Parts: sequence; C-alpha cells; structure tokens
Amino acid sequence: MKRLAMRSAGQAPAAFRFPAHSIRGRVGTSFKHEHVQAILADEKRDGFFEVHAENYMGAGGAPHAALSQIRQDYPVSLHGVCMSIGGPQPLDEAHLGRFKALVERYEPALVSEHLAWSTHDTTYFNDLLPLPYTAATLARVADHIDQVQEALGRQLLLENPSTYLIFPESTMSETLFVAELVRRTGCGLLLDINNVFVSATNHGFAALAYLADFPVEHVGEIHLAGHAEQADDEGELLLIDSHDRPVADAVWKLFDVIISQCGPIPTLVEWDSDLPDWPLLKAEASAAKAIMDRHAQDFMPGKAYAAR
Amino acid sequence: MRKISCLEKPMPPVECREGFGGEPSYAAVFARALLDPDLATPAVVAGPKSKAADKRYNVYRNNVTVSLINALAVAFPATQRITGVDFFRAMARFYVRAAPPLSPLLFEYGRDFPDFIERYEYAQSVPWLADVARVERAWLDAYHAADVEPLTPRALASIPPERLADTVLKPHPATRVVRSRCPAVTIFTANRSDGPATRVEVVEPEDALLTRPALEVEARRLPPGGAIFLTRLIAGESLGVAAAAALSDSASFDLAANIGGLLEAGVFTTALWEES
Repeated sequence: MKRLAMRSAGQAPAAFRFPAHSIRGRVGTSFKHEHVQAILADEKRDGFFEVHAENYMGAGGAPHAALSQIRQDYPVSLHGVCMSIGGPQPLDEAHLGRFKALVERYEPALVSEHLAWSTHDTTYFNDLLPLPYTAATLARVADHIDQVQEALGRQLLLENPSTYLIFPESTMSETLFVAELVRRTGCGLLLDINNVFVSATNHGFAALAYLADFPVEHVGEIHLAGHAEQADDEGELLLIDSHDRPVADAVWKLFDVIISQCGPIPTLVEWDSDLPDWPLLKAEASAAKAIMDRHAQDFMPGKAYAAR
Repeated sequence: MRKISCLEKPMPPVECREGFGGEPSYAAVFARALLDPDLATPAVVAGPKSKAADKRYNVYRNNVTVSLINALAVAFPATQRITGVDFFRAMARFYVRAAPPLSPLLFEYGRDFPDFIERYEYAQSVPWLADVARVERAWLDAYHAADVEPLTPRALASIPPERLADTVLKPHPATRVVRSRCPAVTIFTANRSDGPATRVEVVEPEDALLTRPALEVEARRLPPGGAIFLTRLIAGESLGVAAAAALSDSASFDLAANIGGLLEAGVFTTALWEES
C-alpha cells in the first residue's frame, strides 16, 4: 500500500473573538482604506467605524486585515447596501449567507440594511432604488426582514431612504410604512437625517413633520451625510444624497432636535466619495459628538423621566 | 414531470409574479429603463404634487451608470491611465449598458471587460490594452483571495528526490497566470503607479504571474515555458508531466530555475507525493 505524504505551510490560526466594545453614545465615521494609516497613527478615540458589508465579502487579503485591526480597538457597525430587502423577488440566499458569515466573524455592535432594492431578476444596479408603499409591499418587506433577522439571530436596523420621485400607487406614508415594519418584525431603525432632509426637499414636505411621525423610540443608529444640489424638471431644487461633502447646516439642526429629544443615539458621519483627509472627517464626527455631549446631562440615568 | 391540475396554475416567471393580472412588478418596470437612455421614464413613477419625473428618474439612471463606471475605473486603473479618463469612461459606459453586473459583489464585476476591450472598435489601435486589463482583473482576484501561507522553497527539499517527478503541487488561491503576445507585465507595471509614465521599450511577449504571499499582490514575468509549466501544475499534473510539456514548448525551459522562482513567488500551498 502506498501512503500519501504532504508538505504544506500549516493552517491559519483558529478564529479568536474580538473585544466587546460598547457603542453607546459614540460617534463614528465611514471606514475607508485611504484612512487606515492615519487612524492607526492617531490616538485612540471614543468612536466607532462603519463598513459596507459587501466590501468585505472577498475571501481574504488586505480588506479583512484592515478591518480586523480596526475591530480590535473600536466597535464596528456592519452596513449592508445590496440585500434588496425592498424588492419584490426573494432574497438572494447566498448573499444572506455571506452577510451572516461577516456578522459571525466581526461581531459588529450594529447591523443595518436599507429600505430599498438594488437587484432585479439577475441584474445588480448598484443603487438604492425606491418602492411603492402598499399593503402588498409591506407584507413582502416584512417577510424579508423576518428572514434576515432569523438568519442572523439578531435585530436588524432598517434605514429610511432618500428618494427623488413617488409611486402614485402608494397607499401609505413612508413613516407609517416604517412604523408598521417595526411593529410586525421587531426590527430597529437607522434614522438617516440627511435622507429625511433630502426627501423632504425633493417631495415638498417638512422634515420636522416627518421626524414627528417617525417611530424614533426604535432608532438604534443615526446617519449624517452631505448632499449635492441639482434642479428638477420645473427648475426647482432637487437634492442628491451624494455623501461627498460636509453635513449641511439644516441637517445639523435636525440632528440637534433629535438628540435633544432622544438622548445619545450612536451616530455616524458618512462620507463615501471625494474623500477628505482623515482630520477633516474626524472633525465632522467631533461636531456631532459636541451636540451629543451638550444634551447628555439631560439624559443622565434617572433624569430623563424627571425632566418630562 | 410535475402534473398541473386544473386548480393549480403554473407559476409565471419572477418578473410577472407581482401584481394582479400578470402585470410586471414595480421593480421590473422601474428597472427596464435604468440602463437604456432611449426608453421613456417608467409610467409607475411621478414627481410629487403633479410635477414631472424625468429629471428625477434620471438621478437613478445616472447613479447606476456612473457608479458602475467608477467601479470599473477602480478595478482597471492602468487600463484607464493608458487610454485617458474620457476614453476609458466612454468605453466603460458601453460595457456597463451591455453587461451590467450579475452579482452585488462589485469586485467580481468586469470579468469579461478585457474581452469587450479586445472587440471595442475604438481600441483596435492599442492591441495590448485587453491584456493589460486581463492582468488587472487577475490582480483583483489575487487581492481578494483567501489567506493561506505559501509553501516555502525549503519544504520541497524534504521530498525524496526519486519521488519529485510524481509530486503534485496545489496552487495558492491567489495564483493567477495571464498569457500575452504583448509586453503586458511591463506595460501594466509602468501604468499601475502614480509616478511619471516611462516609455516602454520592450516588444517581446510576456506571460504574467500574479501571487499574494502575504497582503501585497505581486506581479512578475514568467520565464520561457514557465506559463505552460505552471498551467499544467495548476491543472493537477505532476512535476514530471508539467516539466515535459514545458520543455516541448520551449527548449530553453530551465526546470530548477522555474521551480525555485515559483516557490519564491508563493505560487503553491501544498506538495503531495506517494511514499514508497
């Protein structure tokens, strides 16, 4: 009998667990590889980082090495951008499996996805596309959220979209749709305040009225970002959710209102293109932290109820 | 075969399942015009307060096309540097509309972009462009490949010499070979950095080897016969069989130098041989 002999370089070290950093009351930024060296050279902050899940769905290499390094020192938020939860077709099981594997590997403090769709049939459009708000889409989206939460074994935060047009077939408002999803699935919410401001401008409603209807008690994370200005067919202002510049003053004001009402919700400054140097992005996060700290004393344990 | 009773209607295809009376879903209608600028704004959408929706729908059209062109620009930087940004983006726009991604993982996108470039009418005067793109696509695969320690040159020394010809070497997940009739590696390397472009004087064909022994992707030229040798090894042939194939391809094939060079580059993870 012949025996098979083998030489190999040995196995990778067994998976270890990351430290459990609390994300409570922290302010974070998008995690970009352009900033890795500056972040690591900087002194450790009381912040967090958010990554787009799909960028870490490769098997190995530099992306995982960088994220592992960051995850040692900071809590991480895992933000999915292409689960297509708002689409009419069944979720991609393979994609859900990859998402679950990332949750298990990096033990993120927060896990979120969008109220939008990005794949139809077999084509992936790489954009967050809108859906009508009807009883039928509500039932479908709720099923999709149930499926994701069941697969992950934890709560998902669902992000409100920025939209540029409406579906005349819609029978309910976005805030009612979102509130009903929370009620049916037990999911949490990621409140993107820039998206609220962009949609409010584009559709001609008041951002504060939207926020008054939004089930803010279920918000587990806030997003802030910059937007660009264009014109619609009538030559009126149309805002684009561009994530390529500082947060607008109006969005800061809305953030102040929400934090003054809700207390220190983990908040992220998103910046995805035309990236600034790390100090500028860090300064945006510090601005958010300053607003949060200013309201913090109203939300010391025992004080929140006394103030009401 | 599944029998369909009179109470059980056959399922229509996914696109038609939504809505009543077999109407296509909102996503089907919305998606149809996203990559086709000649189609009208879908009738399922409108602007608020009776406003028009054309420019509003175009925001989505623009997001889709521009973001996918950007994804190609990130994956194929040397190709873009050779053609210039305007040429590259025009070429990529044709490709995006003809072949949008089938996976949400954008680092998988553009597998047939090099073939598209090869057929692209306006790129015919740059015959090496497609091969440079092939090297870049292979580079991206190597970049995202699984983390495995490569087999060290020392490990092969422990194999009994008489068993060496039968030894099978398993490739590292990052290992990629790109064969070219052009000096693809030299042109790739010269255009991959941000430094000033240097004139490429080489005209000989170059076969590219991409590896990632640690976190950095490495690109190098394979010596004569090296591509045949390595391709056969990757296919699972033994060292002896692969060496014979390489020798018949190139009389100057140097077995010892090739094995040493491949191990140095981190091409393999495991050596397997039968103990006598």
